[in-house]
Amino acid sequence: MTPLAETPMQRERATTIYEKSKPGRRAAALPEAEVPETPLEELIPAGLLRAEPPNLPEIAEPEIVRHYNKLSRRNFDLDSGFYPLGSCTMKHNPRLNERVAALPGHARLHPAQDPRRAQGALELMWLLQRSLAEICGLPHVSLQPSAGSHGELAGLLLTRAFHAARGERRSKVLAPDTSHGTNPASVTMAGFETVKVATNERGGVDIEDLKARIEDDPDQVACLMLTNPNTLGLFDENIEEIAALIHAAGGTLYYDGANLNAVMGHSRPGDMGFDIVHVNLHKSFSQPHGGGGPGAGPIAVSERIEPFLPRPQVVRREGENGHAPSYDLDLERPKSIGRMRGFQGNFGVFVRSYAYILSLGADGLAEASETAVLNANYLKARLAGGRAGERLPVAFDRHCMHEFVLSGKPMKKELGTATLDLAKRLLDFGFHPPTVYFPLLVDEALMIEPTETETKESLDAFADAIEEILTEAEADPEIAKQAPYTTPVRRLDEVKATRRPVVRQPL
Amino acid sequence: MTRYTSATPGDRAEMLAAIGVDSPADLFAQIPESLRLNRPLDLEPGLPEAEVYERLAALAARNADAEAEVCFVGAGMYDHYVPAIVDAITQRSEFLTPYTPYQPEISQGGLQVMFEFQTAMTELTGLPVSSAGLYEGPSSVASAGYLAIGATKRRRFVVSRGLHPHSRETLATYATGFGAELVEVGLEGGTTDAAALAAAVDEETAAVFLQSPNFLGAVEDVEALGAAAKEHGALLVVACDPMTLGVLRPPGEMGADVALGEGQPLGNRLDFGGPSFGFFCATEEQIRRMPGRIAGETDDADGRRGFVLALQTREQHIRREKATNNICTAQALNALAAMIHLAWLGRDGFRELGELLVRRTAYARERLAAVDGVELLHEAPVAREFALRLDAPVAAVLDRCAERGIAAGYPLGRDYPEHEDGLLVAITERRTRAQIDALAEALGAAVAAEREGVAA
Repeated sequence: MTPLAETPMQRERATTIYEKSKPGRRAAALPEAEVPETPLEELIPAGLLRAEPPNLPEIAEPEIVRHYNKLSRRNFDLDSGFYPLGSCTMKHNPRLNERVAALPGHARLHPAQDPRRAQGALELMWLLQRSLAEICGLPHVSLQPSAGSHGELAGLLLTRAFHAARGERRSKVLAPDTSHGTNPASVTMAGFETVKVATNERGGVDIEDLKARIEDDPDQVACLMLTNPNTLGLFDENIEEIAALIHAAGGTLYYDGANLNAVMGHSRPGDMGFDIVHVNLHKSFSQPHGGGGPGAGPIAVSERIEPFLPRPQVVRREGENGHAPSYDLDLERPKSIGRMRGFQGNFGVFVRSYAYILSLGADGLAEASETAVLNANYLKARLAGGRAGERLPVAFDRHCMHEFVLSGKPMKKELGTATLDLAKRLLDFGFHPPTVYFPLLVDEALMIEPTETETKESLDAFADAIEEILTEAEADPEIAKQAPYTTPVRRLDEVKATRRPVVRQPL
Repeated sequence: MTRYTSATPGDRAEMLAAIGVDSPADLFAQIPESLRLNRPLDLEPGLPEAEVYERLAALAARNADAEAEVCFVGAGMYDHYVPAIVDAITQRSEFLTPYTPYQPEISQGGLQVMFEFQTAMTELTGLPVSSAGLYEGPSSVASAGYLAIGATKRRRFVVSRGLHPHSRETLATYATGFGAELVEVGLEGGTTDAAALAAAVDEETAAVFLQSPNFLGAVEDVEALGAAAKEHGALLVVACDPMTLGVLRPPGEMGADVALGEGQPLGNRLDFGGPSFGFFCATEEQIRRMPGRIAGETDDADGRRGFVLALQTREQHIRREKATNNICTAQALNALAAMIHLAWLGRDGFRELGELLVRRTAYARERLAAVDGVELLHEAPVAREFALRLDAPVAAVLDRCAERGIAAGYPLGRDYPEHEDGLLVAITERRTRAQIDALAEALGAAVAAEREGVAA
């Protein structure tokens, strides 16, 4: 490949805001103190005071704005292009939700406000709890966990409390080999041990292996964690049998809600037999991902788990003598596992997700899931009909739900193009690549989740790009190996950053 | 079509034909019949955008927010002024809508922000390594507990009663899981009881947890208190308020192994408690045990400077059950807000703001303590928040102040039964001298009325 001319963005080397700093410049104009300018040493002992202020940048407002606007252009984002990142549900983020979240009644409400003067906020939380309970098919909801993995940890601590209340200590949590990495990480944090369950030839839980793992030590089975549809995008048809086996062994069933977008209004985890479900509001319920958060991971639970829910819990008290109902924070929960964090949770996320649920309604949520499934199956069919059918076969060839997994193994073997190379080459075509190298049981995996908010035209364009890259790789495999060419920086040395970490600007 | 989908009947027909099925129902056939809902969800039908706005606005109108009343409530989150550029920049699609930067070549903006943020937080705390941000304050404290167990292989935490009650409770919740016991050390004259702390720390102690300023607002002598931790090889974990670090000696200079806290005061709105972010800084020694994302500098294939997620081998998506933490999606956008706010304040502005807080707080403390029926709960030095004792029922006094449009503070009795008569008052740069004077008057009138038994 001949060296390409640098793009303007490539020519402009990365410069941090500290490198743009110059002594004497500033942006902030602060209010006058209006009180005596007492020397600080008279108010706080000198030994507890700082000698030198922290070295923050010195820079005027126009340059701050320009710096971060320029930086923003070095990001790819969902508002600008297709983002089929599997398991991440990159659906449209409605701006209405930003507008309502920014209303002062929400945005400037202090979290320690007396509940009597935060009735609107508590009612909103209660309404969201009821909505999620209905969508999940489980009677009770805690909104407290801050993200999916935080919900997992809460769910596992609930499981521990549930067993402890029955005088039991169980040590093992079962999870399929296709599970999200957060599952086993949460298991360890909650003081349990992960036991892997194999996947069968249809992409579901291998029932015989599950039985064997239970029989290894039935008294130690605390819980089974499952995503359904799973990370292969396949609905586990045996879920009722799986649930029966786990419940018979005395364990709880945990639903990782990362893939809830496939089944809203069609099927409910509670009806499948799950005891605990976390919901990623930043996936199915349109909270923007923000480049890595904020999110929120509320949990819905069955009656038998309810007594252990985190404190505080939003409750509704019916009004007497014709008075309107009121809302409160219930701190008196004697069996509660306690707090998972400060205050009431990521309320701003609740506002956005509740606005989303109101916007779509019962019909819209069901249709969103239906379209997500339709889009995924269409894209799968489009790809299978082209070169990808041979080079990038579907890992488990049946109808998928909202996402599907391809294997780049033939492509790598036949063309020398690894999944990573394909992903990097997609960047030059203006697409965010799928999730790569996950799930682990598929060689050279590509996990593709288009979501319902993409047009048929976007899906076609993506399929065309894959076709073009494969055609190109057949002629010259080096092109993909050196990709990307057009991004603000080219392929980055990730090993170096870990071997000799430089994690702050030297000042 | 719903509000946000585009598939026309024509599109659907073409797509179904390409798939080779007659209807979407065929795709859902993999769900066993017994598990299909087969009825609409019991939710309202979708509403037009304007109606959704009206519904949410009506709910918002039923909250007394810091625009509607003068807010002296703190207790971990504070009503600071958030500069307009924070909103403008964080609402840009390019920051608002991407996922975690798994593809660094098209995520340089977000990764560089993390790198800049990490630099700022290490400057504030005086420790060399910073995470790109955790969920929020109390769960960051709990994550420090998990780190300390990994670092020391011990399972006991010694915790000051000055640590935020939510942090203590969250740490206890997590500890039930990973297995650790908590020993609480009380306060004496507003600050951590040094003798009791020294007596509580031993060879089994994984970490000592302090907060400065502590929940009662008192600035702790972290170095002196931390000596016990050093002596017994326990980690010293210090929770701090980032807004005070322009004037207070940073934890890193006082022996802290981990400095962390609630990041909300930096560029994040109150939002009834979240989303905000937690910051988490540590010594070099702990770098491979850190929770959360960390951005690092590297080169691209042509030698250009670039940024990537560094040390990913700590993380759940690589290490699974051996990960140093389970955290995945956290609070990148909130950390960006903090970075913009810090750049806007700048080196001098950040220090000046800290000084302003200390001086206005000193004024307010003196002014309120002079009110009849009000006295200081402790006389330890404070930075931006202080505790009072009221000679009248606190809840009733708060109600009377609220009638005058003032949220007078946080009732300490909620968390400290020994301080049923306690009121915690917080100051930000938005609280003017005139507002402080108005609070003094309202508080005086309320206490007097309660003492005299005047009906509210």
